[in-house]
Amino acid sequence: MTLRDYAIRYGFIVLLFGLIAYFAIAADGFVSPQSAVFIFQSVAITGVLALGVTATLVVGGFDLSIGSVATSAMMAAAYVMVVLEQNVVVAVVVCLVIGAIVGLINGWLIVYMRVPDLLATLGMMFLLVGLQRIPTEGRSIATGMTMPDGSVANGKFSEAFLALGRHRFDFFIPNLIPVSVVVLLVLAVLIWFFLEYTRFGRMMYAVGSNERAAELAGAPVKAYKIWAYVISGVFASIGGILLAARLGRGDIASGNNLLLDAVAAALIGYAVLGAAKPNAFGTAVGALFVGILLQGLTMMNAPYYTQDFVKGVVLVIALVFTFALSGRGRR
Amino acid sequence: MVGNAVFRAEGLRKSFGRTEVLGGVSLALHAGEVTVLMGANGAGKSTFVKIISGVYERGGGTMDLAGREFAPTTPAEAIRAGVVTVHQNINDGVVADLDVATNLTLDRLSGANAPMLFNPARVRREARAVADRMGLAFDLKARVSDLSLADRQMVAIARALAHQPKVLILDEPTSSLSSAEADRLFALIDRLREQGVAILYISHRMSDIRRLADRIVSMRDGVVSGVFDSKPLDYEGAVNAMLGRKIHLDRIVVRDSAKPILTIDGLRIAQGAKPISLTLGDGEVVAITGLVGVGKTALAETLFGVRKPLAGAMTMNGMPYAPRSAGDAIAAGVFLVAKDRGENGIVGGFNIQENISLPFHKRMSRFAVLKRRLERATARRQIKELGIVCRSEKDEMSSLSGGNQQKVMVGRWMAQDATLFILDEPFQGVDISARRDIAAKLRASAGGRATLLFVTEIDEALETADRILVMSEQTIVGEHRNADVDLDRLLAEVAGGPLHNAA
Repeated sequence: MTLRDYAIRYGFIVLLFGLIAYFAIAADGFVSPQSAVFIFQSVAITGVLALGVTATLVVGGFDLSIGSVATSAMMAAAYVMVVLEQNVVVAVVVCLVIGAIVGLINGWLIVYMRVPDLLATLGMMFLLVGLQRIPTEGRSIATGMTMPDGSVANGKFSEAFLALGRHRFDFFIPNLIPVSVVVLLVLAVLIWFFLEYTRFGRMMYAVGSNERAAELAGAPVKAYKIWAYVISGVFASIGGILLAARLGRGDIASGNNLLLDAVAAALIGYAVLGAAKPNAFGTAVGALFVGILLQGLTMMNAPYYTQDFVKGVVLVIALVFTFALSGRGRR
Repeated sequence: MVGNAVFRAEGLRKSFGRTEVLGGVSLALHAGEVTVLMGANGAGKSTFVKIISGVYERGGGTMDLAGREFAPTTPAEAIRAGVVTVHQNINDGVVADLDVATNLTLDRLSGANAPMLFNPARVRREARAVADRMGLAFDLKARVSDLSLADRQMVAIARALAHQPKVLILDEPTSSLSSAEADRLFALIDRLREQGVAILYISHRMSDIRRLADRIVSMRDGVVSGVFDSKPLDYEGAVNAMLGRKIHLDRIVVRDSAKPILTIDGLRIAQGAKPISLTLGDGEVVAITGLVGVGKTALAETLFGVRKPLAGAMTMNGMPYAPRSAGDAIAAGVFLVAKDRGENGIVGGFNIQENISLPFHKRMSRFAVLKRRLERATARRQIKELGIVCRSEKDEMSSLSGGNQQKVMVGRWMAQDATLFILDEPFQGVDISARRDIAAKLRASAGGRATLLFVTEIDEALETADRILVMSEQTIVGEHRNADVDLDRLLAEVAGGPLHNAA
């Protein structure tokens, strides 16, 4: 391997460790279990979304609706529990079904209606942003809110549901690891194993790389594409459940950054270990990278408005690593 | 005749890297005459055309147009000098989202003398003049994307003719037209011929050639291999010059098969085509040959389940066989090495090992988890069997030569036992040694299955097959046992001679 190969392969990992080392020296208290957990927690929801969008990137597509699927799921969970006064199981199931249905519709639009992926999911994004506000006429959902018809919603977020956002597992230190971090890790391992080791994952990569060749090798290409969007939708709705559980209300103003952060994590993932393709491990590292960067900057008192700028710079550098240096972006 | 050539090329040469594509081509075009240029894939036709039309710089030789030296460095320069080309891909010649009038006058929208403002009335007036001169009745306000392919083709040609060219080059203009649409195009070409335009017409379709040609020039391996201009034109001779045998390399020992594997009965693959019936036997290698566009790929895809036949039935090992998808065909043991490996075969993001295992994931996994050790062992076995030159089974496909890439594609489908093994143009873009390796492997492993090859080059059929079938006009028109082939009859069948009348 030449120096260039090493740079492409390990450049981003080196950058990650360099960043950690820098913050460890420059920011007090950066290196501690609590700080590490905080970083994980801050990236848990975007990480889950990013893993979902990775599945659509693998088949050569893209899903811009994930952010709005997550907020729709959050509003739905709140509506089901607060207005309809249902229990935790119903709330979770409703969210997952919403994610799956949106994924199916996205897949159908793209595969059968031949709408380009970016446009189909952009349209779906607008649709959901509007739809989630209709039941409450644009109001956020919380216990005791007044409904459009004048009645008062008396349901509550169930304790079990809130635990998804607030419970912490003991791990050497009591009350250390939040549920959302566990969910992130489990889903990351699941999707990583699925994409790398199962025949379905392998064929999804084949579809993304050469659709016609995959078809002539006997793969039901359309089904694979639709499934990718279903995976993306369901993961996004899981992110929405975690968001609702953390907030404890259906907040119409939250979740604005989810889409961009998740997409950034997945695209940064291209550069990790010189993969030059969407991959679950890279996505997880990408999400972590963004989390560490933001946590470090916050602890060094960088103003909040510089954060988006820094994220953008990191994303651009990662994309240069992937496409210009490795030369694999060219076909 | 030779004296009044409008365009003359002498000794044109062109090399890409160290490969010589044109080795000294001389050609003259005369006013009011249609010269047909024939040649198999890779013979150098398109390189020749691109030099004349100013896309490529020539490597050597001279050209002159109407007695003056002609050396275009850009396509625009060639067009201004009077050499206009209509390329094969119709949509390259028109802008689909604009209306017909704008398309016809598109070239006047830019350039030094073009007015700043776009004046629809003037554009339509100019477009009307262009259309009238060619005797075409277009709705000038129609959007090109709403037109049929034939009409788009007419617009593209009309647009080209707005420059009032001396030489018009048509590159396979009928390849996507129906025969009725093609007739309209021929009528237009006749009119242009009367107006004294020198036309260079590139085609594989014998029916077009019979209808239009005043002269035929055959190319082969970068040189002109035959010029035919005495009436009546010698079509078989032209095909022979383009495809005929070089020095014969290997003689094969012909085998006959007793046990039928696949029986095709009355299969029709195109509207208006005659039905196909044939039997493929155990252990035999059958080659189907014919010019480009006669339906070879359509037949291959029909057998593989990705295209539906219009009529007919197939029987495999005594059971009805009617695949509805590639997956069905593979499950039934019918494998296809598709043509154009870059387009239809190679998964660029995958290494050799992953490319080989692609169709057989199900058979290579347990509970959906791929057995990587089995995958690697299979890849290593195929690399050894076919003699693929690589460092390891983890090599990227892009690091392999064309011949080795093709060996990977063949190795992919030989990793499991087939009942019917179909290869569509397996020797395309493959060097001679890889070609012989693949052919030898196919023959050595032929037992227990039927093997069907689709090849344009007759040599390839003669070198590999026990039996040679000839296709023309979407059907089988001849059959030869590859022992003492009557080459004249075979060439006549390829040229579509005795069996049909020109469309």
